[in-house]
Amino acid sequence: MSAVSFANVSRHFGAVKAVDGVSLAIAEGEFFAMLGPSGSGKTTCLRLIAGFERPTSGDIRIFGESVADLPPYKRHVNTVFQDYALFPHLNVIDNVAYGLMIAGQGRKQRHAAAEEALEMVRLGGYGTRKPSELSGGQRQRVALARALVNKPRVLLLDEPLGALDLKLREQMQEELKGLQRQLGITFVFVTHDQGEALSMADRVAVFNDGKIIQVGGPEDIYFRPEVPFVADFVGSSNVLPEALVARLTGERCPAAIRPERLRLASDGPLKARVTGLSFLGLTTRVSFEAEGTRLTALLPQDAPRPVEGETVGLTWAADDLHLMRAGA
Amino acid sequence: MSMAQTSDSFSQTRSEGIGTRLSDTLWRRPGLLLILLLLPPVLWLGIIYLGSLFALLLQSFFSIDHFTGLVNYEFTLKTYAELFTPANFDIILRTVTMAAICTLASAVIAFPIAYYAARYARGRWRAVFYLGIMMPLWSSYLVKIYAWKLILAKEGILTWALEGLHLNWLLDAYLSLPVVGGNSLSVSPTGTFIVFVYVWMPFMILPIQAALERVPPSMLEASGDLGARPAQTFRHVLFPLALPGIVAGSIFTFSLTLGDYIIPQIIGTSRLFIGQAVYQHQGIAGNIPLAAAFAVVPIVIMGFYLWGAKRMGAFNAL
Repeated sequence: MSAVSFANVSRHFGAVKAVDGVSLAIAEGEFFAMLGPSGSGKTTCLRLIAGFERPTSGDIRIFGESVADLPPYKRHVNTVFQDYALFPHLNVIDNVAYGLMIAGQGRKQRHAAAEEALEMVRLGGYGTRKPSELSGGQRQRVALARALVNKPRVLLLDEPLGALDLKLREQMQEELKGLQRQLGITFVFVTHDQGEALSMADRVAVFNDGKIIQVGGPEDIYFRPEVPFVADFVGSSNVLPEALVARLTGERCPAAIRPERLRLASDGPLKARVTGLSFLGLTTRVSFEAEGTRLTALLPQDAPRPVEGETVGLTWAADDLHLMRAGA
Repeated sequence: MSMAQTSDSFSQTRSEGIGTRLSDTLWRRPGLLLILLLLPPVLWLGIIYLGSLFALLLQSFFSIDHFTGLVNYEFTLKTYAELFTPANFDIILRTVTMAAICTLASAVIAFPIAYYAARYARGRWRAVFYLGIMMPLWSSYLVKIYAWKLILAKEGILTWALEGLHLNWLLDAYLSLPVVGGNSLSVSPTGTFIVFVYVWMPFMILPIQAALERVPPSMLEASGDLGARPAQTFRHVLFPLALPGIVAGSIFTFSLTLGDYIIPQIIGTSRLFIGQAVYQHQGIAGNIPLAAAFAVVPIVIMGFYLWGAKRMGAFNAL
């Protein structure tokens, strides 16, 4: 039985199809990421699971139970909000204990459970502070503890790391992953950051225009994009248009090639003009223009470096050119 | 090029008017600018506002000689003691009760309006809302009260409408009740209450709306997500977060009702409110000390009210 399943679910706001015919199944205990640009429908999908939105059509099930008529307060899922949504008039311990208070637990009991949850996110002893006295990273942990203390069967996370700086974000990624392994709860995680999705999730669903474009493990998504959108958005791969691929290989479909797999060779099959170079440390990023297509290559520092404006030949190994189907 | 020439061309050559020199002086001494800006309002507040308040306080410690009608400029608490005579204490009690009931009713009526405005009204509807709330404040206060007199009077619109609906027995039954009833709504305490609530309503709606606008929708969703039914979300999240707005609004409705002397004079019974007492004692009776003592009552009550609100944590969410 899936933890969460969508059967042809749509959510339309007037003429806007925020979610349009989405079907998916999230397994129990899975770390599932919903990845896509803003406005792609991933957050609406999360809100449909939480119950803040109701589907225009289709069926949503949580552990087999249809939740179409269940308000948020009757669903055994909890959410970590993008802006954390901590209650400013309550201190940290009462924020964390809120769900238990609503459930009718006594003060002593719920405070003990809340303190335990705070220790789990390494904020033991912070109970008497107000949310306004915490840093962004600490608030994020409080929001996490407030959701987890209720022992949800599914935890929903809406861009929870979006407001943190890079270093903190990387640290929290590790911690979230560790918590999920330790607790065995199903995590559904919404993000627009492909690195975050690929590094944390067991499976990733790529969204665009209210539809799921591709679902798969991080490596599938990264190395075997099915359509140009996934290649471009997830892998920042070079996408070669159909006409170019037809001339190079004879196949009539678009293809993707990763920037680190492009090499310079004077006899290479593709002639390209160098339009820019930037030093990235480990590699140098070189931008090209070839027959109206923009390409990027990452060259190791010991490789010969071209000059801007020069026309060079590009080559690659045959299996690095990944053929895709046309479409979104 | 010599040094002298360089510095000449640097410190501009055009002739400096008095305005420029003044600007330069103020730029060099920012404190001076602050003093210039603050002096007029501080003088205004200090002398006219606080000064008159102080004069009032002072007067309340004098007494009047009831034979000669002259003020006796000797320090005494006799005038304050007079406030506690049954007739005067009755006025205070009546006014405070009315102010409390009006405040409560205003808060109850204003909350849903403010909630709608803060959460749902967008674009044009928002403008319509503000216009609707503010428009009554633009027309004359007296005109509004007399308009209400016409609505509530015995031959007024309300009676006429209820007669049309054959419901005037309902009004008659209500008016026959003790304390709140009377000959007609316009001469009953209920009439005074209705008009007070109407006139002060914008002062309650706007602060509550401002408070609710600062509550992000995700806060209410989070409460529901954690299992709270809407009523629980209201009690544990929405109401505490709106409380500073409600308190701010109630300060207006409460203190305005405590001090008003026009509404109870036009609509309601002939029994006095504090404002009317102040008006009569300082005017016809010439009893300035007692008028001053009456005027101090709302100030003291408001002081206690704010102190109590703070102790109850009404400003914690600020």
